[in-house]
Amino acid sequence: MTATLRIGFIPLVDAAALVVAVDKGFAAAEGLDVELVREVSWSNVRDKLNIGLFDAAHLLAPVAIASSLGLGHVKVPIAAPFNLGINGNAITVSPVLHAALMEEIDGDRFDPLVTAKALARVVAKRRKAGAEPLTFGMTFPFSTHNYQLRFWMAAAGVDPDEDVRLVVLPPPYMVDSLKSGHVDAFCVGAPWNSIAVDLGIGHILHFVSDILAHAAEKVLAVRQVWADTHPELVAALVRAAVKGAEFIEHPENRTEAARILAQPERIGVDAEVIQRTLDGRLKISPDGTFRESARYLLVGREGAGRPDPIQAAWLYAQMVRWGQAALTPDGVKTTMAVFGPEVYDAALGRRPPAQAPAAFGAFAGPAFDPDNILAHLEAFEVGRWKA
Amino acid sequence: MSAEQSPKIVIVDESPVRAAILEEGLREAGFTEVVHISEMQSLLARIYAVDPDIIVIDLENPSRDVLEAMFQVSRAVKRPIAMFVDQSDSASIQASVEAGVSAYIVDGLKKERIKPILDLCVSRFNAFAKLQEELERTKSQLEDRKIIERAKGILMKVKGLTEDEAYVLLRSTAMREKKKIGEIAQSIITASEMLK
Repeated sequence: MTATLRIGFIPLVDAAALVVAVDKGFAAAEGLDVELVREVSWSNVRDKLNIGLFDAAHLLAPVAIASSLGLGHVKVPIAAPFNLGINGNAITVSPVLHAALMEEIDGDRFDPLVTAKALARVVAKRRKAGAEPLTFGMTFPFSTHNYQLRFWMAAAGVDPDEDVRLVVLPPPYMVDSLKSGHVDAFCVGAPWNSIAVDLGIGHILHFVSDILAHAAEKVLAVRQVWADTHPELVAALVRAAVKGAEFIEHPENRTEAARILAQPERIGVDAEVIQRTLDGRLKISPDGTFRESARYLLVGREGAGRPDPIQAAWLYAQMVRWGQAALTPDGVKTTMAVFGPEVYDAALGRRPPAQAPAAFGAFAGPAFDPDNILAHLEAFEVGRWKA
Repeated sequence: MSAEQSPKIVIVDESPVRAAILEEGLREAGFTEVVHISEMQSLLARIYAVDPDIIVIDLENPSRDVLEAMFQVSRAVKRPIAMFVDQSDSASIQASVEAGVSAYIVDGLKKERIKPILDLCVSRFNAFAKLQEELERTKSQLEDRKIIERAKGILMKVKGLTEDEAYVLLRSTAMREKKKIGEIAQSIITASEMLK
């Protein structure tokens, strides 16, 4: 028997496991007839999932949590039985800001603490000169991009709410906004950083894996109610997505995966640009400099697909740190349940791995302990968890 | 409308036709303060300048995420809330999402005053969708007519038929083959081009 599912996605490389699962027939092999619906905004994906127009969706990990907690919008409990990607974002800056940072830099320019300190000096200089604060683009209030930018700059004492401006921009508008000087920098997923570099209007300053070695990025989200009433469909969907992720992680399949993702009704950009992301080999400067990192985007590798409640708790901690959520024991519980791995393990018939999941590997701050979020936050100088 | 002042409504829509339909409907319903913003570049600045009570935006507008941020992080707008209507009213939420409209309500406006506005927007959005559909249909009908004219011409020339006879032949063939007359006409054009 075949079940028909409608699944929403945003044209980004980290939808790869989902798109490949459908277009390579892994979903069909599980008895799922999936219609992938391309969307223009995270608000849309969230709303259409929440009211049941979508059965599942490619979603920002923090949006799944915010929706379950009722932050910013209607409260709808969400389950994320599969993690679509670990990492995958980058910070791109304009040539002018790049030059200003390089002038102030004192040390290794791929060390985020070094660049953050350089940023702090640029910010101070601009303030002294009476210049407008720097503007950084990110994709959504509840987004990893927002938290990654904040985590990075705050490490050197730059207050993201006081010293700079953080604005939301739809990913396809990022490049234009950098070109027009509307923003000085942005943090976004692939392929938008590469497109700015290819156009000669941006420098990739950091892969986010420089800032956090292992951070949940996008999830495959379903409504908790739907998951409870359709356990066999959720299991089939998870298995299909796992096969999609495994296919992509075989280097010999990368060209084909990139070609599938490049189709106009999927991401709709050059396959070569997409392949750079999958290979973790990105052009970082308009002069043609390439930089390689095996950690740029993890789709399925290092247990990336298995939901990790500690990742959810870390995202919740960021919401608390920046004044989006209050810290409550119930909040922690609800949040961690969103990333529960039980459905994933059962769908694959696997036992929980003996090894603990990889740590965040944050470049600054103390180790993260989900049982003591407040103590963790109090170790940071900048934040508004008390407000 | 009661003696209460008309709420300020901003319509964010890149389609001038739909925005006009919406604006007209709101004005007819007695809402006198309606502003249409089509430029996405300075969206936030314009919204701050108007300082609306309600923002109505079409769902397919990528700038929806920008508005979400404004309602969550900005302190320039007075404690705003973003919601369709009321959390408990899931039928309204569903109707507006399906119609393609989303409304953001700034705190301070009574909930019961929001409902009729949103209902009106939903019905106007649906009316616009119907209009678009009709336009598409008319377009394809026109296209069909052109094709039928060409096929008639070919039949008249090749088989020495009058215009009426050519049309009767097309129609009877279509009926016999259970196809649309336009499809039969298209196959005649294709065949004649191949046989040239």
